[in-house]
Amino acid sequence: MTTRYTVDHEYIRLDGAEAVVGITPYAQEQLGDIVYVELPSVGQAVKKGDEAAVVESVKAASEIYAPASGTVVAVNDRLSGEPGLINLDPEAGGWIFKLRLDDASELEALMDADAYAAHTA
Amino acid sequence: MSESSAEPLKSVLLDARHRALGGRMVPFAGHELPVQYPSGIMAEHKWTREQAGLFDVSHMGPAFVTLSQPTGDADADHAAIAALVEPLVCGDIAGLKPGQIRYTLLLNEHGGVLDDLMIARSPLVGGELYIVVNAGTKDADYARFAEALGSHATIARSDGHYALLALQGPQAASVMEGLVPAATALGFMNYGAFEWAGETLFIARSGYTGEDGFEILVPRAAAEALWDALVADPRVKPIGLGARDSLRLEAGLPLYGHDLDPGFSPAEGNLSFAIGKRRRASADFPGAGRILRELSGALGRLRVGLLVEGAPAREGAEITDETGAVIGTVTSGGFAPSLGRAIAMGYVPPKFSEPGTRLGVLVRGRSQAATVAPMPFVPHRYFRKPAKQGL
Repeated sequence: MTTRYTVDHEYIRLDGAEAVVGITPYAQEQLGDIVYVELPSVGQAVKKGDEAAVVESVKAASEIYAPASGTVVAVNDRLSGEPGLINLDPEAGGWIFKLRLDDASELEALMDADAYAAHTA
Repeated sequence: MSESSAEPLKSVLLDARHRALGGRMVPFAGHELPVQYPSGIMAEHKWTREQAGLFDVSHMGPAFVTLSQPTGDADADHAAIAALVEPLVCGDIAGLKPGQIRYTLLLNEHGGVLDDLMIARSPLVGGELYIVVNAGTKDADYARFAEALGSHATIARSDGHYALLALQGPQAASVMEGLVPAATALGFMNYGAFEWAGETLFIARSGYTGEDGFEILVPRAAAEALWDALVADPRVKPIGLGARDSLRLEAGLPLYGHDLDPGFSPAEGNLSFAIGKRRRASADFPGAGRILRELSGALGRLRVGLLVEGAPAREGAEITDETGAVIGTVTSGGFAPSLGRAIAMGYVPPKFSEPGTRLGVLVRGRSQAATVAPMPFVPHRYFRKPAKQGL
């Protein structure tokens, strides 16, 4: 499984033909307690860089951008009742949405784990 | 507030303490202050509602206003200092008892709110007032006071060489009992001077959370020792500006620069309680004509509380009526940790201000339901001294 990172602290993890999108442990730490998540609609087409979701902390709202172009095939409905899952487990239980990618090669422009670690150092 | 100023940021006296505790320092009103500590805003908020939170509010503007030539007759000297200050504000300053604190509003000639502030009468000497103004407005406020006082009185700032700490929450009094026991005898909105570790602390029974608590003005020499003594108590945790904001929002208390500014009058701000009865009768405060007209019915808008469904409606979100017509604006809003839901304050025409009125808020272009709610959203738990019982 390939995981790539954006400068805005989203991760995208390729799993077969689908890709899971969420925010990184660093991002959830910076945002603090997440109190509300606005999810995209299943079936929605997004372009790379489009606003696809919003996570709200006590203090502020932060947009989540699509790391690559594709179609939303699933959203994490558990976040509606338990937005704090993003704080507790951002990389697994706190995933936000899944995309069917238009072009998996778009991921090559994103950072790998080492580059992202350097970006947040 | 002006967070993008060219002026270098000021450090508070306890800066090193905040960093050592892992405080995330952010610019706020020209100062660097902790927005939160590692436990986070939600935990800090709830701790303050359940135990005792310690806030460093040294960015604010404490000062003492003192008559230049007191006669020695405490009541006459108080009357003289009150007469100098009352033309600036709408509160009854002359009527303050020794040690009593009053929330009041500094007004311009149009009745616009230049600041909200505390003014207290010294419990010790006649002709002295203790005032605390907001951080973002303090230089302008002090200049306004100095001009009004002329040669009759002086204003001495305490910011910079004092720390101002707030201890807030249901355990605040029992924590204070162990440090300065005499201060626990203060009633709500009273202050006194108390000796601690060889220094004089000015301790007020007041705050900005809706909880019982104290605001403590401590000189530089004792500031770190007092902070350390307070955080050493297991009932006390340091609390950042983030939770300070969510606590005051739940308590229905306006934040200057957001819910109040010179464009709003006390009547619009739903703060008519801060206009003294005597001042109202004599109509002798700035903008009295306009404000009294508003209070007798000619009011265009009113600050209300809103329970918001779904995502938080933040400052600047538009408020609509049930048909979708825009009728007002949210001035502050967010998530209420004690209620587990979004709440807001905003201004709407009076006909939409009744609790229970169904409105909408526009968040990211979409309409969400909102209902007008009485404030405070979370009941105040201020300390009221029991009335003396006659035998």
